[in-house]
Amino acid sequence: MTVAALRAKDYKSDIKPVWCPGCGDFAVLSALTKALAHLGLPKERAALISGIGCSSRLPAYINAYGFHGVHGRALAAASGLKAARPDLAVLAVGGDGDGFSIGGNHFLHACRRNMDMTYIVMDNEVYGMTKGQASPTTGPDWMDSKMTPHGPGVRRFQPAAIALAAGAGFIARGFSGDPSGLTRILAAAIEYPGFAFVQVLSPCPTFRPDHRDWKEQVHGLEAEPTGNAVEAARILQADDGMTTGILYAEELPVWQPRNQASASIAEIEEEFRL
Amino acid sequence: MNSDSSSARALSVAITGSGGSGAVTAGLILLEAAARAGCYGLLTRSSGPQIRGGESAAMVRFGGQPLGCMGDRFDLLVGLDWLNVNRFADEIPLDGEGVILFDPGVGAVPPALAGSGARQVPLPLKEQAAAIDGGRLNMVALGAVGAICGLPREALAAGVERVLADKGGSVLEASLACVAAGYALAPEPFVALPAPGGGTEGRWNIGGNEACGVGALRGGVRFVAAYPITPASEMLEWLAPRLEQVGGSLLQAEDELASVNMIIGASFGGVPSLTATSGPGLSLMLEGLGLAVASEIPAVVVNVMRGGPSTGIPTKSEQSDLNIALHGMHGDAPHLVLAPLSIRDCVFTTQWAVELAEHLQTVALVLSDQSLGQSRVITEAPVRTPAPLARRVEEEPEEDYRRYALTADGVSPMTLPGVPGGIYTADGLEHNERGTPSSQAADHQAQLDKRLRKLEGFDYGPAWAELHGAGPLAIVTWGSTAGAVLEAAGRLEAGGTPVRIIALRLLAPLRRAALAEALAGAERVWVVEQNHGAQLFRYLHAEQALPAGARSLARPGPLPLRPGEIVAAVTATA
Ligand SMILES: Cc1ncc(C[n+]2csc(CCOP(=O)(O)OP(=O)(O)O)c2C)c(N)n1
Repeated sequence: MTVAALRAKDYKSDIKPVWCPGCGDFAVLSALTKALAHLGLPKERAALISGIGCSSRLPAYINAYGFHGVHGRALAAASGLKAARPDLAVLAVGGDGDGFSIGGNHFLHACRRNMDMTYIVMDNEVYGMTKGQASPTTGPDWMDSKMTPHGPGVRRFQPAAIALAAGAGFIARGFSGDPSGLTRILAAAIEYPGFAFVQVLSPCPTFRPDHRDWKEQVHGLEAEPTGNAVEAARILQADDGMTTGILYAEELPVWQPRNQASASIAEIEEEFRL
Repeated sequence: MNSDSSSARALSVAITGSGGSGAVTAGLILLEAAARAGCYGLLTRSSGPQIRGGESAAMVRFGGQPLGCMGDRFDLLVGLDWLNVNRFADEIPLDGEGVILFDPGVGAVPPALAGSGARQVPLPLKEQAAAIDGGRLNMVALGAVGAICGLPREALAAGVERVLADKGGSVLEASLACVAAGYALAPEPFVALPAPGGGTEGRWNIGGNEACGVGALRGGVRFVAAYPITPASEMLEWLAPRLEQVGGSLLQAEDELASVNMIIGASFGGVPSLTATSGPGLSLMLEGLGLAVASEIPAVVVNVMRGGPSTGIPTKSEQSDLNIALHGMHGDAPHLVLAPLSIRDCVFTTQWAVELAEHLQTVALVLSDQSLGQSRVITEAPVRTPAPLARRVEEEPEEDYRRYALTADGVSPMTLPGVPGGIYTADGLEHNERGTPSSQAADHQAQLDKRLRKLEGFDYGPAWAELHGAGPLAIVTWGSTAGAVLEAAGRLEAGGTPVRIIALRLLAPLRRAALAEALAGAERVWVVEQNHGAQLFRYLHAEQALPAGARSLARPGPLPLRPGEIVAAVTATA
């Protein structure tokens, strides 16, 4: 008997998203279920880990094991899970504030630790859940937040370039307005053997209505994905932040636990006997 | 010369020097040698925060009975050099009956020590060391100490071989030669070797940090994530290779926020997990621990307390993290707080903490401290927990699986990733029985009740405390301080005052009824602890667990509580 292939809708849970109408995260959810179906991953062998934010609610909407933790710590929890359970497909998901601000340190170290997992950041250049404050990827002169009435006044965090500098081996950017391109990227990221980082431009219609014009601004990467870090650095330095596609892909040594059972506890305890 | 008056037959030796002088190595060998001679023993270390060039002292006490603390005074002090001795002179109380062994070539005994009136015994330690190729003064001094204390020469040699085993042939040889030279140098043994307490069969020589590591392994911990901090690091260094040997792993995290979330992630995956830290690290972990409580994912933290607040006194001991351990989490977050009562008990208490956390799907905080963690003891082999408690995992969840179901005992069915039909999302947001986030009053109340019920209703058995003695005078204490209280009680009893001791191992949830029973009929109640704020005393009062008129002996670190101090406090008000 052959097992019926899973379809995208089999990966959808029956919980209704809290997202606003028109939120880009709906498209990420749907592209992700398609990517999982494409890969034929058994639902119970996938685990989605998130922090806090609108986008971090995503695990509950996927029919797979999920863990909705605390703000900024998704990558840490995901790393612990992967270290303990290398057999699972581990995906960390969340927002730009969650991942790059409060979780910035974990982002750097997850890139360099290179465990086999996927990290999807739904970047809407704003803190959605706390109602519209600037995030690390917000431009310096965005004046619409009450907390930064003169605009953040600081340069944007550059997720892709920072991921490259920190040692990530797979760096891609997708756009929620291009569902099929995003599905392809997500499937490639999940298949990649190592830490795969995907920044998804996912507009917030409520607090960033100005992002309606992202549709005109995004453009696909002209070249094939590079495996050359120097070349990737050149591309990312020249990048306007709107280039989509796989920006860098190179296989690098993956961190794995070296658990090789070789002694019993009783044998270990021998060291203390007189 | 007398040893501690009422703990007769225990001998206290301090070996002092500056960092690199080998004081601690000599102390470790002395402890092992005493053990080989049939004694029980305890070694505590004192060092400053400097990495090199600081002060360094090893204090060794040995005798015919198990020892849980240092005594009130020292019988013998050996000065390897006098460079930083002022920094710990107050940790080594000497008196006119004490002896100071030193090499006059290294300098005269400094006033801080000379003022004690202890007898000065000059010996040519340096000269002897210089005569041996690769010889070192600490080893010559060790030989002299061994002779003075009446330790057999073979016991010393065996101690050298054990402690310096991985140093290689020439070091070993030179050390043995130095010890022999020192042994020959010493005057008559003027301290009778304490009568050995039975055979050495089955005894262990173990440090508190290692003991917590052993307890973790016994409890089933197979994943550890942690960030280095004094004085917890040694536990992690000990565990790293040994976890691999039993099929687990240790991950050095980027910070404590990562380590606590890593262990929660691993535990969500079904692998019993633990982290170890000290005060400042515990503060950083509290948000994550609240997550573990709310999402009902087992997690264990061993907090090796040091002097606080802030970075405080990193290398010295205190029991001042009780408040944060009990009350630090936001929201109503019931969890377990335990404290080992001795180095040996670090094994039992840590194992028990892991088992309870797994079984009750909750957080267990273990409050060890520097004086346990960085000390070593010669002890009987540690005992195991009575009946292994494991996590209850649903392999075949029923059709209507509800991860956070409201069960009678409060423990809900748990599936692990990979189990078909058991899919759920663990959540730190308040949720309903299925795990779906909910802000409804009824769901909140029901889940809060359940998380409290599973802890309050569980039968912890007799391990909640160690009870000793009987009588109208009761001393309540917790954690490492129990060692000094036990010895104080021994002296009080020898003086005709029976003492009832209640040493709490399970601090939360407080076993109020059992405590009330243990205190029944007590006329005078003292609460003894090593912190400035009388944290246990206040907690017990808040829980209405103390009779009116109960008194507090709370003294901060870093000097250890001495038995004599406790005797004096409780007799002054008799
Ligand atoms: C420790 C902590 N600080 C602050 C918050 C409040 N908080 C909740 S969501 C959020 C920002 C989320 O923004 P982002 O990650 O960009 O996700 P989005 O909601 O835009 O998807 C903040 C600051 C929190 N939950 N925890």
